[in-house]
Amino acid sequence: MKRRDFIHLAGMGASAAVLAGIPSFGKAIPPERALETIDVAQKKQMADVALNAARSKGATYTDVRIGRYLNQFVITREDKVENIVNTESYGMGVRVIANGGWGFAATDKLDKDSIAKTAELAVAIAKENSRLLSEPVQLVPQKGYGEVSWKAPIEKNSFEVPVKEKVDLLLSVNDAAIKGGANYINSFLFTVNEQKYFASTDGSYIDQDIHRIWPTFFITKIDAATGKFETRNALSAPMGMGYEYLNARPQDKIKGPTTLYKGRYDMIEDARAGAQQAGEKLKAKSVEAGKYDLILDPSHLWLTIHESVGHPTELDRVLGYEANFAGTSFLTLDKWESKKFNFGNKNVNLFADKQQIGSLGAVGYDDEGVQCGRWDLVKDGILVNYQAIRDQAHIIGLTASQGCCYADSWSSVQFQRMPNVSLQASKEKRSVDDLIKNVEKGIYIIGDGSFSIDQQRYNFQFGGQLYYEIKNGKIAGMLKDVAYQANTHEFWNSCAGTADESDYRLGGSFFDGKGQPSQSSAVSHGSATTHFKGVNVINTSRNIG
Amino acid sequence: MPILTKDEAQALLKKVLSYSKAEQCEVNIYGGDSGNIRYARNSVSTSGNISQSTLIVSSAFGKKLGTATINEFDDASLQKVVKRSEELAQLAPENPEFVPFLEPQKYAEPITFVQATASITPKQRTDAVAQSLQVSKDNKQVAAGFFEDNKAFSAMMNSKGLFAYNTATNVNFSVTVRTADGKGSGYATRGYNDFTKLDTKAATEIATQKSMKSAAAKAIEPGKYTVILEPAAAAVLLERILFDLDARQADEGRSSFSKAGGKTRLGEKLMDERVTIYSDPLNPELPTSTWNGDGRPHEKTTWIEKGVVKNFSYSRYWAQKKNVKAIPSPNSFIMEGGTKSLQDLIAGTKKGILVTRLWYIRDVDPQTLLLTGLTRDGTFYIENGKIQYPIKNFRFNESPIIMLNNLEELGAVERTVSVESNNNYLIPPMKIRDFTFTSLSDAI
Repeated sequence: MKRRDFIHLAGMGASAAVLAGIPSFGKAIPPERALETIDVAQKKQMADVALNAARSKGATYTDVRIGRYLNQFVITREDKVENIVNTESYGMGVRVIANGGWGFAATDKLDKDSIAKTAELAVAIAKENSRLLSEPVQLVPQKGYGEVSWKAPIEKNSFEVPVKEKVDLLLSVNDAAIKGGANYINSFLFTVNEQKYFASTDGSYIDQDIHRIWPTFFITKIDAATGKFETRNALSAPMGMGYEYLNARPQDKIKGPTTLYKGRYDMIEDARAGAQQAGEKLKAKSVEAGKYDLILDPSHLWLTIHESVGHPTELDRVLGYEANFAGTSFLTLDKWESKKFNFGNKNVNLFADKQQIGSLGAVGYDDEGVQCGRWDLVKDGILVNYQAIRDQAHIIGLTASQGCCYADSWSSVQFQRMPNVSLQASKEKRSVDDLIKNVEKGIYIIGDGSFSIDQQRYNFQFGGQLYYEIKNGKIAGMLKDVAYQANTHEFWNSCAGTADESDYRLGGSFFDGKGQPSQSSAVSHGSATTHFKGVNVINTSRNIG
Repeated sequence: MPILTKDEAQALLKKVLSYSKAEQCEVNIYGGDSGNIRYARNSVSTSGNISQSTLIVSSAFGKKLGTATINEFDDASLQKVVKRSEELAQLAPENPEFVPFLEPQKYAEPITFVQATASITPKQRTDAVAQSLQVSKDNKQVAAGFFEDNKAFSAMMNSKGLFAYNTATNVNFSVTVRTADGKGSGYATRGYNDFTKLDTKAATEIATQKSMKSAAAKAIEPGKYTVILEPAAAAVLLERILFDLDARQADEGRSSFSKAGGKTRLGEKLMDERVTIYSDPLNPELPTSTWNGDGRPHEKTTWIEKGVVKNFSYSRYWAQKKNVKAIPSPNSFIMEGGTKSLQDLIAGTKKGILVTRLWYIRDVDPQTLLLTGLTRDGTFYIENGKIQYPIKNFRFNESPIIMLNNLEELGAVERTVSVESNNNYLIPPMKIRDFTFTSLSDAI
């Protein structure tokens, strides 16, 4: 599902018919059907039909992805259940190299004849396009793993939890918000299970089971007299977890101006706080534009990392493959080759991985059959690496892919997507209070809000959910109408330090959009609370009469 | 799947309904094929072909609704999907906002299907891209682009006798051409129902000219400027106004069309009197479906007339509650323009900025529809009626509602594509004063 479709769904309470009309939603199914799985031996048979058909038509490389994508949406507002939708999307995508070029075709008809025809179509497309190639595709070698599997280490499969329990939770969340003074609340529970099977002519047959969960809400508080309104969104994070994410224990809570959550989430408590804070926002002081030190909570900083670090270190952008849509990157190859480009200052260490437990990016193998790992992107402030897949690895002198290949559906062609990209926490003991007490004039920002960045990832602007003014080392009250604008390079060179590992938390997105046709991927970004010096803050209030 | 004819679709949906035991039943079907080619670095990168179909059955007992879908169309599968939707309806909680399915409606005959687009071959796709690549190579520029065509049919029928049917084709093309050293960049996009109208060579020539002329851009101070927005740039701002015209959001006090005391801005003049925006599914330059997914007819509707908010869109539930006509939200829109070309607008500008494309548009404040984003792929300084030199890109913070109050002049309407939503619109190029740029970007 595309982010825009989700927003539409969130805002309008779309009908099941509308949902099913969006191909990537797949088809609606009864809840218990989600617990059925497809036999691995059957998937291997289907994959072999495609591999053999493509080979017989002249493909020199083929990979097959058989995907079963299960989504469940529980959608409520105030005291009403707006919709409960279970969807399943099941089919096969076949990618080949023929005459040196890529071809791809996909089908949801999985009889032998349709599979073979799809593989043949992929070869025909590759051959047709090869006349426009400037050079043949070059794949870095990849050993076959034989028949292997990987399962996300979840405690409780969300699809096993009765729908009624989920509905009751959301209605309790809404009740807490309304009792707390909210005028409106829309709440959602979105769960995903990707059952993915990959096979290739390298000799890999990989079966994977991936789970994700995202509980969230949007609260609106209106001042009827003035007609002004304020919103407060949930401080949850989408996670690569099962239903255990919604069982928050005391040790998962961080107390401060608002309660923050580490690894587990208390949705009712957050809604209660959110309703009160939306009211406080209406009365809050409008920010005075100027330079401020920023203390950024991980529930906010994840998105700044995503946009200003995750995207510019994507090698396909650096090389120009995304020039027509997502854009290119300011982190050109000469900066990496120099081994002395200060992406940030010495406080800045950023790493990529597809392994962190509970993260959205965690998988055993990527969508071209490469085992996943962890590597540095920025070390002591210096740009040291990118994110690459098999047909790019040779360009930066790698002898193996970094495992960053992903497709959002069986019907989408896989390409380079962002792994988790995270900011390393301080190795020295340092609390959030330690950071705040060193700030004379600053703003403490919690939660993600408006976000926008240019196509080479220099100039960005971010808002948040909660803004607290810091005066002489102390929190002085709430602000509103805040957004900060900065240049990526200057911003990361103004990093004055992060809190320690005990404050390290993940944020993330279900809907990172890239590619044409646009595809969504889910990715997490970890950090501890971090201090940036002297950032330009603008006031966003306007009047339309 | 192949496009079903009207008779075939009607027969299939009748058969599905004959299996229903629910108090009310509604069936939708969608199907079609799409093909695409992506290219970058003057070479094809990926391409594909996707074929899909879905049949959706919604069964209702009282205010309880169940929906199930399937993509197999033999009798046993059809019976199974109807039964499953009935079982789900019995299990579902009552939805107090459930509205009974619609009675039969009258629809205008749609004009959205063009055979030339439906019969595109992989060779035609590759040839269209080859023509684009030839232009960039001949000019020693580097092109990245995307070509995508779709053919689809949709139909619906319900137990009250409603039947609707449509077929549609579409082709969208976009290309970004950059100088080999990455110091210049230009863009063009085109969208049509009819593939034969698409000239990838001509579009790439425009992008190439912009690329070559945009190298060595100068930095000028951010601030308020007169801008000329090309249609592709205006589209991504104007569509946000249309997305915000939902009656319920406005009535509930949480949109830019809400007012103090629970009132809305319906009937108020909010923009310059030259601003008229309407939707018309039968416009020959931009035809769209004549019915929406719940069976309501799409009719010609004026949304903004001479700057006055004339209509909101409604869900059927909200319209019933408010006792008004349930106008569905449009699939597209048309903004009235003038007769001048883009060149005429430039020629009549003493000082200003020409904007080819706007990018990464996000809401900053829903209360005022304040948006942020950046210029991209061809931003030029105009003085004394001529483009003087390329300038570095800017970030803007601007509300399209405020912007349409600051209207100076409109040019002739043309069809364009939103890079944000992929929707096609008919929009004029427009000259706007006091457009707010808040910072500079080094991006090219």
